[in-house]
Amino acid sequence: MARESLEALLERLQTTKSIEELQVWAHELRDHLGVSHVLYHTVKLNGENVGAFTYDIEWVRIYIENDYKSIDPVVLGAVRRFHPIDWKTLDWSPPAARKLLRDAMTFGIGNQGWSIPLWGPAGEFAMFTVNHRASDDEWQAIIRERAKDFLLIAHLVHQQAKRIINREVAEPTRELSPREREALTMLSAGMNRAEVADRLHISENTLRAYIDSARHKLGAMNVTHAVALALSHGIIGPNEALPKY
Amino acid sequence: MIRFIYADELHKYPVLKETMFRDRAAQFKHRLHWSVTLDENGYEVDQYDALNPLYTIWEDANGRHGGSMRTLPTIGRTMVNEHFLDLTGGVEIASPFIWECTRFCLAPGAAPGVAAGLLMAGCEMGLRFGLEQAIGVFDARMPRIYGRIGWKPDVIGSRGEGHDSISVGLWNISEQARAEISRRSGIPVSVVARWFDRSFDTAFHDQAVAA
Repeated sequence: MARESLEALLERLQTTKSIEELQVWAHELRDHLGVSHVLYHTVKLNGENVGAFTYDIEWVRIYIENDYKSIDPVVLGAVRRFHPIDWKTLDWSPPAARKLLRDAMTFGIGNQGWSIPLWGPAGEFAMFTVNHRASDDEWQAIIRERAKDFLLIAHLVHQQAKRIINREVAEPTRELSPREREALTMLSAGMNRAEVADRLHISENTLRAYIDSARHKLGAMNVTHAVALALSHGIIGPNEALPKY
Repeated sequence: MIRFIYADELHKYPVLKETMFRDRAAQFKHRLHWSVTLDENGYEVDQYDALNPLYTIWEDANGRHGGSMRTLPTIGRTMVNEHFLDLTGGVEIASPFIWECTRFCLAPGAAPGVAAGLLMAGCEMGLRFGLEQAIGVFDARMPRIYGRIGWKPDVIGSRGEGHDSISVGLWNISEQARAEISRRSGIPVSVVARWFDRSFDTAFHDQAVAA
């Protein structure tokens, strides 16, 4: 049920046309996840920095005005890192960092956070954060349950933000290899994964990696969506999907 | 014990660093005769070591390298996508859920638990971060070792013959895999969790876990 609704939400994400719309969407995401806040912001992206978040705008103003990012353990901890960062594993011992967290909490920001660094080929750097007020145990349970979802959301938000910033009209059609196209074509024809793997003479795990890669390149949230996008972009043709007589 | 160390922090462990890159030279250059190059220190380093990868390293009682592997996210530059596309059916593997593991190396005379510990640590890392698969490059003798440890990759493709062959394979990251390696190696899941926390949690104290 929750999964259903996350997919609908991610589908709506891809219809956002401006950072303002992304900002509205961030609030929907926050409500869906049932957490205190979500935050997406670029740190280095084409010289233009944008954010979409549920934080109190007053806090964001204070944060920027005081250049808190230069002492923020979350930002410092994510530099040159590619793994998701649990806030509680960071070094909050410097007085400035402790004050930052204290001040943030007066603006309703939770004590727990999960920040995913997002890197691009030209050194672009952005972060997606899920923030929550919770005990360590509650937080650990949430992360265990949703780490994959957070990873997926982070990358889709990032792709969408890049699309908006670059004013792209259509979704990017990063090239798919013949193998990926074959796999998607067979799936679009209604074959199940086992059948597709068998037909391509690959293991189901390999197929999974192929599909996952195609999904990422298309900016799709799942297999069905990847197939739909591939069809609508003409990457695979409806004719190929039908058995040939 | 195992440490997870990003390349930009390796200098904090000079002995571990030196012995790792030398053991890599011994394994990949001298034993397997891969076309790798050594630097002026006799270290086996390549362009991917310059991308600030995350190393998983077994440190022995003397602070020396017992075994290691190198991890990079597949949404960035990877060895598989740049050099082994012929082994992946031409598919560029790029997903936030898949990380690449290369340069799986064992020190000469490494204890039997080292390889298992490394794989288990890799599995732990994947589980903690929400990953689904690992993709890796390995030589012909490895599938047998991986199988014995209890976490066998699916080979996507191979190049070369017999002992000289190189393969690309995929591991599924799961709690079952971690449990199976633990069962066979006798390394408790809690120990691997502690290795992970000690590396990634700056506030980590051993006592907290022992309590």
